[in-house]
Amino acid sequence: MLEVNNLQVYAEDKMILNNLNLSVNQGEVHVIMGPNGAGKSTLGYAIMGHPGYSIEEGSILFEGEDITQEKADVRAKKGIFLSFQNPEEVPGVTLENFLRSSRLALTGKPVKVFAYKKELYKAMETLNMDKDYASRYLNVGFSGGEKKKSEILQMLVLEPKLAILDETDSGLDVDSVKIVSKGVEAFKNKNNSLIIITHNTKILEYLPIDRVHILQSGRIVKSGDASLIEQINISGFRDFIPKIVH
Amino acid sequence: MEGTERNKTYVEDIDRSIYDIKDKVNASFLTEKGLNFGIVNTISLEKNDPKWMREFRQNALKVYNSLELPKWGPSLDGLDMNNIVTYIRPNTKMQASWDEVPEDIKNTFERLGIPEAERTSLAGVGAQYDSEVVYHNIKEEVKRLGVIYTDMESALREYEDMVKEHFMKLITPKAHKFAALHGAVWSGGSFVYVPPGVSVEIPLQSYFRLNAPGAGQFEHTLIIVDKGANLHFIEGCSAPKYNVANLHAGCVELYVGENARLRYSTIENWSKNMYNLNTKIASVEKGGAMEWVTGSFGSHVSYLFPSTILKGEYSKMEYTGITFAGGGQNLDTGLKVVHGAPHTSSHIDAKSISKDGGCCTFRSSINVESAAVHTKSSVSCESLMLDDNSRSDTIPVMDVRTDEVDMGHEAKIGRISDNAIFYLMSRGMDEMEAKAMIVNGFAEPIAKELPLEYAVEMNHLIQLEMEGSIG
Repeated sequence: MLEVNNLQVYAEDKMILNNLNLSVNQGEVHVIMGPNGAGKSTLGYAIMGHPGYSIEEGSILFEGEDITQEKADVRAKKGIFLSFQNPEEVPGVTLENFLRSSRLALTGKPVKVFAYKKELYKAMETLNMDKDYASRYLNVGFSGGEKKKSEILQMLVLEPKLAILDETDSGLDVDSVKIVSKGVEAFKNKNNSLIIITHNTKILEYLPIDRVHILQSGRIVKSGDASLIEQINISGFRDFIPKIVH
Repeated sequence: MEGTERNKTYVEDIDRSIYDIKDKVNASFLTEKGLNFGIVNTISLEKNDPKWMREFRQNALKVYNSLELPKWGPSLDGLDMNNIVTYIRPNTKMQASWDEVPEDIKNTFERLGIPEAERTSLAGVGAQYDSEVVYHNIKEEVKRLGVIYTDMESALREYEDMVKEHFMKLITPKAHKFAALHGAVWSGGSFVYVPPGVSVEIPLQSYFRLNAPGAGQFEHTLIIVDKGANLHFIEGCSAPKYNVANLHAGCVELYVGENARLRYSTIENWSKNMYNLNTKIASVEKGGAMEWVTGSFGSHVSYLFPSTILKGEYSKMEYTGITFAGGGQNLDTGLKVVHGAPHTSSHIDAKSISKDGGCCTFRSSINVESAAVHTKSSVSCESLMLDDNSRSDTIPVMDVRTDEVDMGHEAKIGRISDNAIFYLMSRGMDEMEAKAMIVNGFAEPIAKELPLEYAVEMNHLIQLEMEGSIG
């Protein structure tokens, strides 16, 4: 589904990712872990097409098509979704209207108002969100936890083929992590794929993990199965830091 | 994708043309260009003014000749009074049935949705075309409450005393050069009287359409809302675009009685060759409430500062306004309020958007007289600039002559954040849609105060402006 080949990404004049390779198949759940500043969020932005992150080398293929030069909206239309670590606040636009416009933009088909509303409320219920949030302005005055729920809600309603969750669990209390995990579980099926960027392993307890990658200094230094998580929980990232020879 | 893109452009063209369709000028009478004693007298004779009004016009012309052009605002160099036709009478009498209105004029108002709005959501409608009102009607049930809603010319004949007592008393010709001009050549406009205790539940609306190139429109709106009465009045304006300067110098005088409430909503969508030099003043008696809701989108240059005199104790005013300046537009808007009595309050919420080199200036002038103890005033002004060429200025003035006041002022100037655009694009919207959504959201608190069809029109105007600004 997703092929990232030899990716080199700059933010302003600084190289953040270099020679990064990643391959995610349909139906898989991949986890990306790594210390702060390793470039995890940059990878999410680069796959989604943030204009502030320029791809200097390498390519991104989605379902066989080269999307390296495509804008974010084109990538979204192809089925890529990014759950933001710090979602923007958009005053004056209600969550409900936003999601309806978004769905219209993604599908190009008129949205049936009542069916959409029913679906929206059902997704909100899954996330223990009060219905009032639908008529609140997008992320405005939302707490950290509410913003994350709003991201997962969007994922549930927009049904992307590939969702990248950028630290969706950070800053959440135990109960909220459970709720968000429930949302992610509800989203996951055999046809869609997930890339979960996280510091924390709680969100992963409820999901079947196919691959775990450790991102360090802008490249993937180690990949493995779910057992890698256990290893990191015990001894941190220390073991994966490239040895510096004095 | 190609198909959708083309489709969008198509819709845009159709919609702009709603405002831009020009009727062939088919006037039954028009004055020569320019302004002089003879022209003013001709207008007065044509309109069969009472003597006092003729003298009023003549005096106003003298005041006009004695006053200088304002030097503190946008340039008026492109406006040459010698090229302006001040009076153009359309080829019809005022009608009370749309069927009687000549086809071309009727079609213009049909395109603007006026008869439709009248049927569905208004208590009465006035429609002015160039210098004269061509249609005026009020629903029977509203009329039965004693509400008067008619054109100014009829009012001058039928309610002469009331007109004489109030006409250009709040705005005197000496106020400024264009108030004097208005006094000399005014024509058309609406007169409203709401008797004590009467609440008009659905709005009245007057629509002003200027069709002729190089013409001026000088309508006079006079509204008296008596004790304990309640009214919502809507004013709409538009004109097709010409390559010559057009001028709008209307006057609006509003008298809000004790414990009365008046909401005055305006959507101004003049074409971009228009000099919009409009003057509006309200005076509010004890316990009365004045609400201004205003959307300024059109014109080449605007000077527009609705003023409110809070005369009576516990009187209050609210101002909710948005100004959108695109390329070639210099819109100087804002408001003035005079707190003249104790326990008065004013609440101002203003927004402006500028793009493509457009310039928005917001001036607020809050005056608290020494007697106006326990006054409350809050001003909030937010500006959004869509690019680096555009300009936005905020000029607040406060003159406070008592200590017992509670004043607040907040101003914010910002740009659309790239991260917000990316966020919306990551949800499938293209760049234009993302920007339009952010701008519409910015305008939303104002839009929701507007009558529904105007809110829709405003969203639509923003959409059109945004489409025009990208690519």
